[in-house]
Amino acid sequence: MAKEYRTIEDVAGPLMLVRNVKDVKYDELGEIELVNGDIRYCKVLEIDGEDALVQLFESSIGISVNTGKVRFLGRGLELAVAADMLGRVFSGMGQPKDGGPEIIPDKMMDVNGTPINPAARDYPNEFIETGVSAIDGLNTLVRGQKLPIFSASGLPHARLAAQIARQARVLDDSEKFAVVFAAMGITFEESDFFIRDFRRTGALDRAVMFINLADDPAIERIATPRMALTAAEYLAFDQDMHVLVLMTDITYYAEALREVSAARKEVPGRRGYPGYLYTDLASLYERAGRIKGKKGSITFVPILTMPDDDKTHPIPDLTGYITEGQVILSRELHRSGYAPPVDVLPSLSRLKDKGIGKGKTREDHANTMNQLFAAYSRGKDAKELSVILGEEALSEIDRLYAKFADAFEQEYVSQGFETSRSIEDTLDLGWDLLSMLPKNELKRIREDLIDKYYKGA
Amino acid sequence: MDNRVRGEIIKVSGPLVVAHGMRDANMFDVVEVSEQKLIGEIIEMHGDDASIQVYEETAGLGPGETVVSRGLPLSVELGPGLIGGIYDGILRPLDVLVEQEGNRIKKGAFAPALNREKTWTFEARCKVGDRVFGGDILGLVQETESLAHRIMVPPHAAGEITSIESGDFTVTDTICRLKDDRGKTIELTMMQRWPVRIGRPYIEKIAPEEPLVTGQRSIDSFFPVAKGGTAAVPGPFGSGKTVIQHQLAKWAEADVVVYIGCGERGNEMTDVLMEFPQLEDPKTGYSLMKRTILIANTSDMPVAAREASIYTGITIAEYFRDMGYSVSVMADSTSRWAEALREMSGRLEEMPGEEGYPAYLGSRLAVFYERAGTVRCLGSDNRTGILTAIGAVSPPGGDLSDPVAQSTLRSVQVFWSLDSQLAYRRHFPAINWLTSYSLYSQKVDAWLDDNVAKDYSQLRKDAMRLLQEESALEEIVRLIGHDALSEEDRLKLEAARSLREDFLHQNSFDEIDTFTSLKKQYRMLSLLMSFYYEGRRFLGAKGSYDRLFKMPIRDDIARFKQVPEEKAEARYEELKARFQSDLAALHAEEK
Repeated sequence: MAKEYRTIEDVAGPLMLVRNVKDVKYDELGEIELVNGDIRYCKVLEIDGEDALVQLFESSIGISVNTGKVRFLGRGLELAVAADMLGRVFSGMGQPKDGGPEIIPDKMMDVNGTPINPAARDYPNEFIETGVSAIDGLNTLVRGQKLPIFSASGLPHARLAAQIARQARVLDDSEKFAVVFAAMGITFEESDFFIRDFRRTGALDRAVMFINLADDPAIERIATPRMALTAAEYLAFDQDMHVLVLMTDITYYAEALREVSAARKEVPGRRGYPGYLYTDLASLYERAGRIKGKKGSITFVPILTMPDDDKTHPIPDLTGYITEGQVILSRELHRSGYAPPVDVLPSLSRLKDKGIGKGKTREDHANTMNQLFAAYSRGKDAKELSVILGEEALSEIDRLYAKFADAFEQEYVSQGFETSRSIEDTLDLGWDLLSMLPKNELKRIREDLIDKYYKGA
Repeated sequence: MDNRVRGEIIKVSGPLVVAHGMRDANMFDVVEVSEQKLIGEIIEMHGDDASIQVYEETAGLGPGETVVSRGLPLSVELGPGLIGGIYDGILRPLDVLVEQEGNRIKKGAFAPALNREKTWTFEARCKVGDRVFGGDILGLVQETESLAHRIMVPPHAAGEITSIESGDFTVTDTICRLKDDRGKTIELTMMQRWPVRIGRPYIEKIAPEEPLVTGQRSIDSFFPVAKGGTAAVPGPFGSGKTVIQHQLAKWAEADVVVYIGCGERGNEMTDVLMEFPQLEDPKTGYSLMKRTILIANTSDMPVAAREASIYTGITIAEYFRDMGYSVSVMADSTSRWAEALREMSGRLEEMPGEEGYPAYLGSRLAVFYERAGTVRCLGSDNRTGILTAIGAVSPPGGDLSDPVAQSTLRSVQVFWSLDSQLAYRRHFPAINWLTSYSLYSQKVDAWLDDNVAKDYSQLRKDAMRLLQEESALEEIVRLIGHDALSEEDRLKLEAARSLREDFLHQNSFDEIDTFTSLKKQYRMLSLLMSFYYEGRRFLGAKGSYDRLFKMPIRDDIARFKQVPEEKAEARYEELKARFQSDLAALHAEEK
């Protein structure tokens, strides 16, 4: 029986100070028993002599300095994992939320995980077909990658994420696949959208969901992504499944982190976020990947909303430095009615080069991808110029590029949220568009490929 | 009997542990924390209390546990066996840990950096009776096909050799005995230890002059870094910092490359581990991994070890430099190192400087970059060693006013400024030619003219001017359109465009384009610039610019970068001649 302390001294925001403790360890999990028998969880943030500073994982409502009892459990925060988790919905703290029974644990896992030894990692190089041309063709996703969606309020990131979860498949389709979904601070409607979509497409049976809604305690959000990733690790590396982790919204997670940091009166980094935000986010994102000798993998698609559409805001900025690329949604394209409104130029998949080409997608993939980027970029420049000076001011070739850019947005990018295109269709469509341009403009494509695929005059 | 200093933990806060009873320990001593023997380093002393940064996860530590000082500063083992390895920030071999502990990094895991069982064939180069001093080469070990590991007398040892023999030894076997001036016997092994925070000694520094050939066109031809120089690559995410660092690690002309992945992605290290063994060093023809050492402290690994990683890396680099080799160090990214520094500083409750970074950020960075250089090594054979340091910087939002970027710029000579706009256009490497600079240009120019072609630097200057003029002309076009430009200005725009697309743009993932020799770079530049020089003459003679621009040979010139190195010379001569004759034909038609 763990020792019980009735020595709560301060409760302020998410922090609590417990005095005169003995044998309490850093990062240890504690439970607080309220006078009505409720249990709340907390963890040790700092231990200084006999004082333990703890961070609550749940709301502090009802905690009394007089009557509250604290027990330290001699372990970190853990999650009970089992294959039966599939098809279930949990709270942000890992408690069943769907009215079903408790999970009979196969084992208990520390939610903080342990870093993967870089020498044990296997390089992600298996192409995942999402059926979305702007991703498959230009910003290819591979198994074990972490590719966030940078969105902003009012943009349809949820629909794109659901589309990916629905359509994603690998070309060799015989393996076990699962989705782990974590909601942090999103609205009921958004979370409901995902649940419905998963149910509609039958994905719910192979999904594990952790839901922390906007009205749930903000502080709980610090544990939620770790719960989800722990479940993902179990499914991937113990159950040999290929796991797609969708997480929304990282911005709310970072805000919860800031709340704790502010309460501790730490020296803030940019915009009040703690200086260790990078390290903290990395401890989540880096849990994606493949491990040598293991069949399963974790592919991670976190979603974040950029405050004020600002890509240099610390949350998207630090995320971009850790993840292997980003898919950026554009308000302008969204306004023009293009769906999904993927802004392909600033979007990027760093691992694409290893997942494409002969034997994976098609021999012409890398070359056409570069050419499409270059041509679209030039077309956008031309369009910009024509806005100022009128179309007449453009040279003949620039006019062609401008036309290309329009066609590219309408046909290539805007495919709708329900269409799934095979990679062959995507690549062929690319050639259809490139064939609008004269052959000698296609400098980034090898000659033999032009001879084989070019359809223009 | 054990007289090491012992203390007791009184406080744990993340990677910072405070221990009581440590009065007799020294600053920067390495300590073992708790029964798990987690490695830490004393970074502050307050009377009896020592503040310790712990290089491993501290979850589970609590007051009352013991702290034992090893009485030595943080040191690394140097000797045969380092090449081709992957290590964490305090030089624990990660591949050995995988075998020992499994796929994840467990606390308190330990394995020595150098394999204790493996034997190396030592070939003595000194004999009994020789008087040797620190830095003298005792003998050789062929560590990899491409690298002879020179076994040196440690910097502060000296004496007369009383025994030395060739043969197969492990790194801990005695290979040589010295008798020093006081008659004391010193036993030498192939392994040395060196404290990472102290630079290894040398006789003197020499100003660098030769360029470090990297095979990257915009670097070698426009913003060269000298052998023994320092360079920084700042850029927002997605602008290709890591690709540039990888390209340099692959192709830069060096005997040894130390790649420090400091707080970056795990998969990037895996990429290096899997790709490098497949690639061939253009200089020796052997696998690139045979000259590479990886220090991997990824972003999810303990933050304090990240702080140590760049010192560990540069100490290894100095060790190989001392053998007389040319060594390159790539640190990706120094911003993550600075963040580790900031995190420790915050936990120590120090008064912060800019953006929460500690006030000593600038001086720490300067110390790191100053450890680069061309030096006359210790030892009586007068050899020179070269250490080139290239650091990536990841400024928030790409904003160069960031304290890490600013402090770095004060310490380095070359600045490759990566531009997200170029990256969006997939112009890689996204080195912005208007804002980047190299303070070595002048020295390197002279070298290029002497060693490659006598008009190389002139071509480069003209090309640079053309690119500058292009940006001014672009402004005009944006305001009043193409039609307002004179024919000569249009030629400038056209020539600059082909410089950008056909010279500066370089595809790292293309087998041929990934590396371009200096000779071929010169030839490309010369072909592209002759279009401009000759075009000007042609327009001066009232030729039609439309026909000039549409000359079919221009496509062939543009595709010259795809020509393999061994065929480049013949192709160049052919293109050069054909261009002249085609132009002459055009002249004749116009008349």
